[in-house]
Amino acid sequence: MNDGIAIELDDIVKSFGDVNAVDHVSMQIRDGEFFSMLGPSGCGKTTTLRMIAGFEFPTSGRLKIHGKEMGNTPPYRRPVNTVFQSYALFPHMTVAQNVAFGLEMKRVPKEQIKERVQKALELVRLPTFGDRYPRQMSGGQQQRVALARALVNEPEVLLLDEPLGALDQKLRKEMQFELKRIQEELGITFIFVTHDQEEALTMSDRIAVMNAGRVLQIGTPTEIYERPNCRFVADFIGESNFIEGTVRASNGQYATIETSDGLEMQGYTEQPVSVGSSVVLSLRPEKARLSTVNGNNSQKHEANTFPAKVERVSYIGSDTRIIVRLASGRTIDVWEQNTRSTLDRDAYWQPGEAAILSCSVENALILTS
Amino acid sequence: MIDLSQTSSQTAQKSSTRKPFSLGKTTLTVVSVLTYMFLYIPIIILVLYSFTTDAFGARLTGFTLSWYEQLWRDQRLMGATLNTLYVAFVSMIVSTIIGTMTALALERFRFRGRAVYDAFLYLPVVIPEIVMALSLLAFFSFAFNLIRQLTGIQLRNGLATVIISHIAFSISFVVIVVRASLRGFDQRMEEAAYDLGANSWQTFWRITFPLILPGIIGGGLLAFTISLDDFIISFFTTGPGTSLLPVEVYSQVKRAVTPKINAISTLMLAVSMTLVVLSQVVQRPRT
Amino acid sequence: MAIETVPPPASHEALSQQRRARERLKVFGLVFPGLFWLTFFFALPLVVIFIYSFLTPGPRGDVVWIFTFDNYARLFTESLFVNAYIRSIWLGILTTVICLIIGYPLAVFIAQAPPRWRTILLFMVLIPFWTNFLVRTYAWMIILQNNGLINWIVTSLGFPRLSLMNTQTAVLIGLVYGELPFMVLPLYASIDRFDFTLMQAASDLGASKFRAFTRVMLPLTMPGIAAGSVLVFIPTVGQFVVSDLLGGAKVDMLGNLLQRLFTRANPPNWPLGSALALMFMLVLMILIVFYFRSTTEDDR
Repeated sequence: MNDGIAIELDDIVKSFGDVNAVDHVSMQIRDGEFFSMLGPSGCGKTTTLRMIAGFEFPTSGRLKIHGKEMGNTPPYRRPVNTVFQSYALFPHMTVAQNVAFGLEMKRVPKEQIKERVQKALELVRLPTFGDRYPRQMSGGQQQRVALARALVNEPEVLLLDEPLGALDQKLRKEMQFELKRIQEELGITFIFVTHDQEEALTMSDRIAVMNAGRVLQIGTPTEIYERPNCRFVADFIGESNFIEGTVRASNGQYATIETSDGLEMQGYTEQPVSVGSSVVLSLRPEKARLSTVNGNNSQKHEANTFPAKVERVSYIGSDTRIIVRLASGRTIDVWEQNTRSTLDRDAYWQPGEAAILSCSVENALILTS
Repeated sequence: MIDLSQTSSQTAQKSSTRKPFSLGKTTLTVVSVLTYMFLYIPIIILVLYSFTTDAFGARLTGFTLSWYEQLWRDQRLMGATLNTLYVAFVSMIVSTIIGTMTALALERFRFRGRAVYDAFLYLPVVIPEIVMALSLLAFFSFAFNLIRQLTGIQLRNGLATVIISHIAFSISFVVIVVRASLRGFDQRMEEAAYDLGANSWQTFWRITFPLILPGIIGGGLLAFTISLDDFIISFFTTGPGTSLLPVEVYSQVKRAVTPKINAISTLMLAVSMTLVVLSQVVQRPRT
Repeated sequence: MAIETVPPPASHEALSQQRRARERLKVFGLVFPGLFWLTFFFALPLVVIFIYSFLTPGPRGDVVWIFTFDNYARLFTESLFVNAYIRSIWLGILTTVICLIIGYPLAVFIAQAPPRWRTILLFMVLIPFWTNFLVRTYAWMIILQNNGLINWIVTSLGFPRLSLMNTQTAVLIGLVYGELPFMVLPLYASIDRFDFTLMQAASDLGASKFRAFTRVMLPLTMPGIAAGSVLVFIPTVGQFVVSDLLGGAKVDMLGNLLQRLFTRANPPNWPLGSALALMFMLVLMILIVFYFRSTTEDDR
C-alpha cells in the first residue's frame, strides 16, 4: 500500500459561493518530505491545508492520505495533526494537559501519556514547562508547545499553517532551524504553508507555488528559483527584471527575441518557443553584470551586451543595488556583491557613470506569457 | 532624509501625549462628583432609614433593628420572598440553557432564516416591558379559556405563568451575553481539538464549554437578577394568592412609607450588589 | 484507537448531503427550544392582543367577538389618550435629554480617569443599574414626601412645607434617576474608544474647544449617544411605576392608562387596552428605526 506517497490531491476544487478558492489542484507529497505551499494571501494554500486536515471538504476531486480515500472523514479520524498560525493552545489547560489532549482522546493509558508528553516537551526543548499555562509563556515557547501537542500523536503527516508568522525576525530564524531539525529527527512528512519565500526556500525539500487557487509550479527550491516556469513565480520568488518581447529565432533551448524597445537579446528556455510568439525575458538582478567602458569594444559583439548609464546607486551593506538606464530608455536593476572592504569612492558606481550591462544567455530566462 | 522625517514625527507624537487633553478638568470633576452624589444619596438614605426608630421613616430618631425583626415575622413577605427566589432560580436555569443553545446555533452555524431569527431575538429587549406583560396577561387568559372549553379544566395564573413569562423575557439577554463570549474566543481552538482526535461532543465539553463558561454564568446571573427585580411582568402574570416580593413591596409602598419597606429594600439591595460583584468576578478575563 | 472504516468513496454530492443533513439536525436541535418558547410566549401573545384590538369589549370585562375599528378610533379622538401619548413622549424626550446632559460629562470623566479608577467608577454606575427599580423609586418617595427629608430640612429652617410629591417634577426626577445608568454605559463605551489626540489635532488646526467638541468629538461618539438615548427613551415612555408612585394619579403616562384599562377599570376594557399597547409599540418602533437610520447614516 505504501508507495512512498503521503498525500495525494487529485483535481481538487473548493468553491465558496461563486469563487473557486482552490481551482483544480493536483499534487503528490512524498513520505518524509518537507513540502511547502507558497503564495500570496488568498492564493488557496491555507484552504488546501485545511482540506487535508479535514476542516473543509473539497467541492470536487479526490484526496488520499497514504492511499486511503478521505472523502467525508472528519478531522478527528485523520492521521494528520496541525500546528495553527495562532497556535490555538487551550488557555484553560496547562502545557502538559495541552500536549496530553490528543493522547487522552485516543485513550492511551495514563502512565504512557505522561511519558510521551515529557518526551515531546524534551523534543521541543521545554522539558520543565509542563505545569505552566500558555499565557505565561512567550510567543516562541507557545509555538513549541503547539508543535509538541501535534507531534506527540505521532501523525503520519504534520500540517503547519504559517506557524512562524507571529514571531519576530530573530526567533523566526531560530525556529526555522528547529523545525528542520525536528523534521529530520522524526522523518515525518511536513506540509508547511507560508507566504514568506525565504522561509520556504530555506526549509523545504520541495515547494508548490500557488496563486489564485492554482498550483503554478512544484519543484525543489533551486528549481523554483533558477528555473521558474512563469512570470508570476519568477516575480514572487526573489526579484527579477522582466523584458517583454517577440521571438525572432529559436533553436531548441535557446532563442533570440526582439524586445519591445527594439533590443535584441538571447535567452534560455526550458520549453521550445515558436517564432513570432510574445514572451517575457526574466533576468535576476544579481545575475546581470556591469562593467566599465574600456577602450576596446570587443564586448559589444557578444550577445546580451548593452551600453548603459548608471542612474541610481543604493549601498545596502552586503550588496550595492544599481539602476541603470539603457539607450532605449529601459531601466534594469543590477545587484553587485560588495566583495572588497574599502572606503574608496571609486570602488563603487556613481550616478551618471557610463557602463556596459551584460548577462550570459543561460541567465536570461525566456518565459511564455 | 526619509529617516529624519520619521523621527521628527515620532517626537512630535511623544510630546503631544505627554500633555493630555482636558475638557475643563475641574468642571468635569465637580459635575461628576455631583452626579455620583445624585446616584448614591437616595440609596444611602434608604439604608440609613431602615434603622430609624421613627415609624414614619422620615427622620433619624434613633437606631433600631426592629424593622428587620418585623420582616422576619411577616409571613406574607417571607412567602413572597421564597416565591421570588424560586421563580428566579427556575427561570435562570431554563433561560440559561435555552439561551446558550440559541447562542451556539447563531454563532457557529449558517442556516436559512438565521438573520431573521437574530433580529427576532432582539425584540423582547427592545419592546416596552409593559406591552409584553399585558400581551402575556391576555394570552394566558385566552389560552386558559380555550383549555377550559376543550377539556373543562380551569387553569389559573400563578407561579408557573410568572416563570414562563420570565423565561421568555430573559432568553434574549442570555443570548446576547453568551454570544459575546463565543465571539471572543478563537474558533481555531475547536479545530485544534478536532485535529487532536476529539469529536464534536468531546470538543464541546472539553474545550468550548469551559472557555465560554464565564459568559454562561454571566448570562445566568443576569437572568437571575432580571427575574428577581422584575416587577411589571410579575405584576400582570401572577395570580391571586401567589405573591412575589416586588409586587408585595409595590402594594405596601402604595399604602404608606414605613421603615419596614426600607429594611426589605436594603436587603434586596444587598442581594443585587452581591450578584453584580459575583458576575464581575466571574466574567473577568483571565490574564 | 481503531480507525473506523472509511465509507466507500461515494459521489461528492452524496457525501456533502450527508454532512449537511447532520448539520441541519444539529442546528434544529439547538434552535428549536428557543424558537418554540419565544413563538409561544412572546410572539403568540402579541398576536392575541393584535386580535383583541379589533374586538368589542363585553359588559363584564370580557371580549365579544365582533370585529370593529372603534378601539383605534377612540385612541385618536379622545383627549385622555392623546394627552397621555403627548405627555409620555414629552417626558421621554425630557428624560433622555437630561440623562444625556448629565451622563456625557460623567462618561468623559470616567474615560479619562486612570485605568485603575476607571473600573471602580464604572462599577459605581453599574450598581444602581442592577438594583431594583422599585427600590430606587421608593428611595425618592422618602426624600420627596410631605414629611420627608427635604420638607424636614425646609421646615426646620422655618420655611413653609413644599408639596413635591405628585408633580411632574417628581416624576421627572424619578425617571432620570432610574434611567441614567442606561445612558452612561453606552456613552462610556464609545467615548472610551474615542482618540483624544483628535481633539489636539482639531485645536492644532485652529478649532476652538467648543468647535472641536461639536465638530469632532460629538459626531464620533454619536453611536453611543444614539444607543443610550434609545435605551433610556423606550422604558421611560412605557413607565408606570415611577409615575404611579411619584406622580400619584395626577401625572398619567401611557403605562398608567394601560394598567388601568387592563386591571383596574370597572369593567376592564381589554380590546381598547390592546389597541393602545399596539399603537404605543408601533410608534416607538418607528421612532427607533428612524432614529437609528439617521444616526448611522451620519456615522458613515
